This record gives sequence, C-alpha cells and structure tokens, in this order.
Amino acid sequence: MSTSQTTTTEHHPALAHQFDSMEQQQDASTFGMWVFLLTEIMMFGGLFTAYLIYRLKYYPAFVAGSTSISVGWGFANTLVLIGSSFTMAMAVWAAQKGYRKSQVWLLLATMVLGAAFLGVKAKEYYDKWDECHIPGHVIGKGFNTWGGCSVTNKSLGNIAEEIRDPKHHGNPNIPEGAAEQTARQTEIFFSFYFAMTGLHAFHMVIGLGLLTWLLLRARGGEFGPSYYTPVELGGLYWHFVDIVWIFLFPLLYLISRHQHGV
Amino acid sequence: MSENSHPTPGLYVLILLALVIGTCLTWGIAFVDLGIWNPVVALTIAVIKAVLVILFFMHVHYSNKLTKLTISAGFFWLMIMITMSLSDYLTRSFMLR
Amino acid sequence: MSTATAIVKPVMPERHYLNDNYGIRSWLLTKDHKRIAILYLFSISFFFLLGGIFAALIRLHLLTPNGELFQADTYNKLFTMHGVNMVFFFLIPSVPAVLGNFLMPIMVGAKDLAFPKVNLLSWYIYMVGATFSLIAMVSGGVDTGWTFYAPLSSGYLRTHVIAMAVGILFAGFSSIFTGLNFIVTVHRMRAPGMTWGRLPLFVWANYAASLIMILGTPVLAITLILLALERGFHIGIFDPKLGGDPVLFQHMFWFYSHPAVYIMILPGMGVVSEIVTCFSRKRVFGYSFIAFSSIAIAVFGFVVWAHHMFVAGISVYSALVFSLLSYAVAIPSAVKVFNWTATMYKGSVKMDTPMLYAVAFIGLFTIGGLTGLFLAALGLDVHVHDTYFVIAHFHYVMVGGMVTAYMGGLHFWWPKLTGRMYPEAPAKLAAIVTFIGFNLTFFPQFILGYLGMPRRYWAYPPEFQVLNVLSTAGASILSVGFILPLLYFLYSLKYGEVAGDNPWQATGLEWETSSPPPTHNFHQIPVVTKEPYAYGEDAEVPVVH
Repeated sequence: MSTSQTTTTEHHPALAHQFDSMEQQQDASTFGMWVFLLTEIMMFGGLFTAYLIYRLKYYPAFVAGSTSISVGWGFANTLVLIGSSFTMAMAVWAAQKGYRKSQVWLLLATMVLGAAFLGVKAKEYYDKWDECHIPGHVIGKGFNTWGGCSVTNKSLGNIAEEIRDPKHHGNPNIPEGAAEQTARQTEIFFSFYFAMTGLHAFHMVIGLGLLTWLLLRARGGEFGPSYYTPVELGGLYWHFVDIVWIFLFPLLYLISRHQHGV
Repeated sequence: MSENSHPTPGLYVLILLALVIGTCLTWGIAFVDLGIWNPVVALTIAVIKAVLVILFFMHVHYSNKLTKLTISAGFFWLMIMITMSLSDYLTRSFMLR
Repeated sequence: MSTATAIVKPVMPERHYLNDNYGIRSWLLTKDHKRIAILYLFSISFFFLLGGIFAALIRLHLLTPNGELFQADTYNKLFTMHGVNMVFFFLIPSVPAVLGNFLMPIMVGAKDLAFPKVNLLSWYIYMVGATFSLIAMVSGGVDTGWTFYAPLSSGYLRTHVIAMAVGILFAGFSSIFTGLNFIVTVHRMRAPGMTWGRLPLFVWANYAASLIMILGTPVLAITLILLALERGFHIGIFDPKLGGDPVLFQHMFWFYSHPAVYIMILPGMGVVSEIVTCFSRKRVFGYSFIAFSSIAIAVFGFVVWAHHMFVAGISVYSALVFSLLSYAVAIPSAVKVFNWTATMYKGSVKMDTPMLYAVAFIGLFTIGGLTGLFLAALGLDVHVHDTYFVIAHFHYVMVGGMVTAYMGGLHFWWPKLTGRMYPEAPAKLAAIVTFIGFNLTFFPQFILGYLGMPRRYWAYPPEFQVLNVLSTAGASILSVGFILPLLYFLYSLKYGEVAGDNPWQATGLEWETSSPPPTHNFHQIPVVTKEPYAYGEDAEVPVVH
C-alpha cells in the first residue's frame, strides 16, 4: 500500500496516530484542504453574488467607480500574484524532490511577491483615502465624489467630472445631474471594492503567516519525498487566493474601460 | 502517489507564460469596444486562467476522482447561488397578464 | 452471541476514555473525539437551558393580551435571544457535535476523526462565539429577531448587533470545521470492509448534514460580515436609504438559513433510523432509499430558500419556482417516514424510552413537515406568513422533530457514553410528559396563526387569550419533561446500573466495543463483513431491565 521508505516497525515521525499510513494521511489532508477551499469558494461566492446584483442595478456607477481606480496597479498586481503562484508551485515541487535550499528560496520568493502585492494594495487604498473615496462617513473625511479632498492634487477624485470627461473615457453628452447621481452611487461600488479586495488581502495576510511557518519548517529540513504534505496544502491555499484575484481584477478594474456608459 | 504523476518545472513555466499572456490579453481587450462582449471575454479568459491554475498548479489534473468531484461541486453550488438569486432580480419586471 | 449475558452482570471496563487521563488539562487539551463530544454536551446543554429560560419568559408574558410582564423592546429581546441561542448554539451543534463527534469514528471503525486537533479547535471556536453571544446578552441583548433582517439590524437599532453577529460567525465556523472533519473521515477513514453500503444510516445522515454545513455556512459568514460592515461604517449594502437592497440581505441570509434547518433535522433523522431498527428488531426497510434521501434533502435544501421571502417583494415567477421546489424537497423526507413505518411493521417492537422518542418524532415531524407544505403554497403563505402558524410549524419540526430525536439519541447511546443505564421508569415518564407538554404548547399555535395572530408581537387581541393560555400551560409541562432527564441522567452517573457493551443487543460497531469505549475506540481495528442492521430471526431479544 505505502511506497514510502519507512519500515514496517517504525512510524514516520510525522505520522499522526489516527492514520494507518503516510499515504492515508496525505490523502486525507489534501482532501480536507480541498473541502476547506470549498467553503472559501462559497464565502467569496456570496460576496460575488451581491456584487453581481449591484453591478446590474447600478451599472453606470460601477463603470465610474472602476474607472477611478488604477488599472495599471491592478494589472501589475495580477502579474505579481501569478508570479507568486508559480514560485509556490515550484516550492511544492522542490519540497517533493527534497531540494532543501530550493524550497526555502522559492517559499521566500513567494512571500516577497505576496508582500509586494500587499504593498501595492496599501498604496491603492491610500490613494482612495486621499481622494475621499472610502465609503461611509467613519474613515477619513467621509465619502465625496466632487474632488478637492486630496492634499496632493485638488483635482483628483472628482468622479462626477470624470464621467463626462473624454480624457477619462467619459461621455460629455451625459447631463450634469445624471453624472452627479451616478457619482454618488459609486459609493456602493467602493463598498464592494473594499469588501472584496479587503477580504482577499486578509486571506493573503493569513497566507503569509502560513508561508512563514512553512519556511521555518523547510529550513529545518522537514520536507522531502516521504513527507511534504504541509507544503502541498500551503500551495493549494495560496493558489486559491490567486484564483480569487484572477476574477477580482476584471470584475473590479475592467468594467467598461473603453467608455463610460450613457 | 507515484513520482511521475507530478508536473515538471518546464510545464509550470509554460503555464506561467499562458497566465501572463492571458492577463495581458484581458487588460488590452478591456480598452477595445466590444459592447456587451467585453465582460464575457474578460470572464472567459479569467475562467481559463483559473482552470490552468487548478489543473496544473494545484495538481488536479493528476488527482483522484474525489478531488475533481469536490471542485465541481463547489462551482456547481456557486452557480446555484448566483443563478437562483439572479432569477429573482431579472424576472421582477416581467408583467403578469 | 451467548445468552449467558443475561446471567452475568456486566462490569465497567477498568480503563476507558473518561478515566484514562485526569486533570483539567487532559480535558481542555484533549484530541479524543469522545472527550470533545462531552465538552460539547456541557456547552450546548447550557445554551438549551438559557434558550429555554427565554422561552419560559415569552410564554409567561403572553398569558395576558396587554403585555403586562415586559415592555415591547424587552419582549423583542426575549424572542431574539431565544431564537439565536436555540438555533445557533444548541440545535445546529446538538446531534453532530455531541453524538456525531462521539460516534462517527467508532461507527466507521476508525481510531479518531481525520483531524482531531481541528475538532478541538472547533469546540474552542464555538466557545469564543458563545462568549460573544453572552457578552451581547449581558450588555442588553439584541432585539432584531434571530433573522437579523436589514436595515433594521444594520442601521436602526441601538442594540449589540455586531457582538451577536460575531458570536454567530464563530459558531458557524465551528460547525464548518465539524462538517469538514466528518466528510473527510467518512471518505478516508473507514475500516476494512466498511463499504458505503454498510455504513450506519446515522453516518449517512451526518455526512449529508456536513455537506450542508460546509457549503451553506460560509454564505452566512459573509452575510454577517457585510451586515457588520454596514452597521459599523454606515455604508449602504442593505439599507435602501443609502442605496442598498434589503431583499438582498434576505436572499443571502436564507441561502444559508434554509439549508441550516436541514443541518438540524438530518442528524436527528439518522438517530431515528438507528433507534427504530433496533427496537423493531428488524432490518431497516429500504436502506438505500433512506441513505440517498439524506443526500437528496441536502441537495434540494439549497434551492428552496426564497420560500421565506414570498411576501418580501421577490418576482412572482421566481416565487413559483421556489414554491415548486419546496414541494419537491418534502418528498425525500416522506420517503424516510414511510420507510421507518415499514421497518416497524411486523417488527418485534419494544417501547423503551429511545423508541418512545423515535415514534414521537415520526408523528410530530410528519405534522411539522406537512404544515411546511401549507407554507410552501404561495396563496396560503400570504395569509399565514409571519403568524403563529409559522412558529408552530417550525417548532413541530425543530422541537417535536429534532429535540425529540436528540433526546432519543441521548437515551439510546447514554450507556455507551457513560457505561451506565439511566433509570427507565422516570425516563418513560419524562418522554410522555414531554410529548403531552409539547403538543399542548404548539398545537394551539397553529390555530392562533391561522386565525391571524402575528408572530413577534408583544400584545394581541383578547380573543386569542384562551389559546395563548393553553400554550403557556403546555410550556410549563414541557419544561418538566426537559428537566427530568437532566436530573436522572446526573443521577445515573453515580447510581445507574452498569450497562455492559451492548445493553440493547443492537448492531453497529459502537456496540462491539466496551461501554465506555477505550480511548482508542477499539482494542483491535474491526474488519467489517456483515451488512448493516443484521437483525432477524436469529437476533437476540434485548435484555429486559
């Protein structure tokens, strides 16, 4: 049944008492992680469902909101996260092969890329705070869409104007009143922007914690061909977080980028 | 779990390239006016990227049936939630005669 | 299989899971699923008592039509706290976390669940949730109703909604981890020879409930998070004044909360399957039908949620679809009722206490389930929605069904958990008292609801007083029915007759190990060769107490 190197009289030190073999343990643990990811799909899924319903209800506002966040940073972040998924997959491969130094460096690379992602996110959040686009009236100076909030550049953040400005893919035919109403409605877009990217970032922070723990264990030489399950599980979690972002990027950053709707 | 049931680094590099190209495509096409098809194209590319990550980075292509069933169940349930919720919102304005 | 067991008195095993290790640390840091089950038993019993006290206060208040006992705001808090405590902190964990945790590994022939540390974590997460809930209660309570409808809960009430929401969030995660553990255990930890077709129906039922737990609860989690965000940051996700949609809250809330009722009832149905077959001395009728009906309920339960929203303003076409599907979901439940009845038919039925509860379940659940069909009919629902008809319906399925099954299961497996028998005469009395009290409490409420008395109202028209008084009288009898077991179970721990391995002469792996079981469940991992429920002409009649 088991093709591992352990003898029949010795247990691998990592074999838990409720399992009969390392193979059963790996099988069960991997399946368990997939079941957990299932719960994550449903949790993010609930958020995606709500987002979808509001996008249909307030489409022009969602376009306006999407235009006002930086597609450049979003694009860069997507590449960063995809890169970190690659290094993570390689780290699992290295752990399975027993290449100790490679797994350590690859895990570290994954963490660095993940941290870079969070750094960019922090910058994006700061920009939104600067422009007073944080929904609600609790954080910062409160939500406003007529600009004048930013200390660095007073003309930033005027969504009502951007909706009608061709330089921002806007449409000058839209009446001012309609543009103002749409701009006010972008608050719901930003609620979802922060809720979705915030929940995602929260999962990334947890991921970084997991990676730290894996890194320490990998440095101690714990993982090899007969036991690399924790790295595999960490990989599954990390790839899932990447997949969530793969969907978040077009849904949040690329809504009708070519033009504001009428 | 036999040794050759895992992807090679070479395959991982290929998948990475595919993902990067997909991302660039998504970004580029977003600035082209395809009308109603913009979100369709963007989400299709996203689905393809997700499938690549799932099959190869997450080793599902090499996994047992239970794993594949589990993931399918997850997306199926997500679809139940989305479609049945939308079925309310999208049919509200139909007139009963 | 010797008949000599009737002559030799059973003795307690020398070492078992309860005395293997002493000290508070051995309990609080245990990885043994049986000890974790006992930890849960204490926790949920506390919340059952607390929820019961709130119920008593509600019924006392409703003795008079003018609301003389409590003010309106306080009354709102009473029914909210009753609902929240009972649903999230008692009913949802009850059978899975106590009986399921204890029995699932043994029934599949494993040494423990797949992830014992996650199991312990799930209890601690539950306790954190319980703490938040108690803090919310002690700080003045919540008055939104257990359904937390926005925007009332997200913007208009000054009570401790966020603390309570956090408590429920944690309780939800606790159940997610329990469900995850069960699913992996059933798939990957079965003993040699234990095929899916040989699993006890209790396992099938808890497996199906676990599917619901992991697929539905995360949606509740995100709903509560959004509710808390809206409340904390004044953003408009559900509040129409801020551009939000209150019906969206209901969609998201009920997407979980409807399947949640199947999380509650399925394990109870599993208990009933085990009891009915043992006390009819007959193989269960239609094993595969009962097994697959559990899965069918789990799946179908996810596509009916908007039947809670028929009058909330959803599209009529969508309502039609949900109504039709709600009728469909009743079919697998009916299949079970028919199969249990067929199992009893021409069986050698013995009405010991567990069987009393099981038979009560079949009758009361049928009434509750059928009245659910009343509610699934669009036209009728317009009339009885948000009335006492709904309250009676769900108490029939939840208390007449679920709590009854839980009590039956506790009695059935008490000898296995503790090594001792409870005293049969007080137990039978308690079962009968509970049955009488329950029906007297809730049957009048069907009539009240049909006549138009709304739910969650602190005062009512005087013509409804007689029925309300009857209901309160029933509640006082019902409370006696629930207090008695507390007393005699505690009594049995010291003075109960030693039970022996298999006091009921039941089939199943749990009865082949000692009572209480050793820490590692089995002295030797069993190899399963028999079909389940091998009762028959050659089976023994249980030892008479």
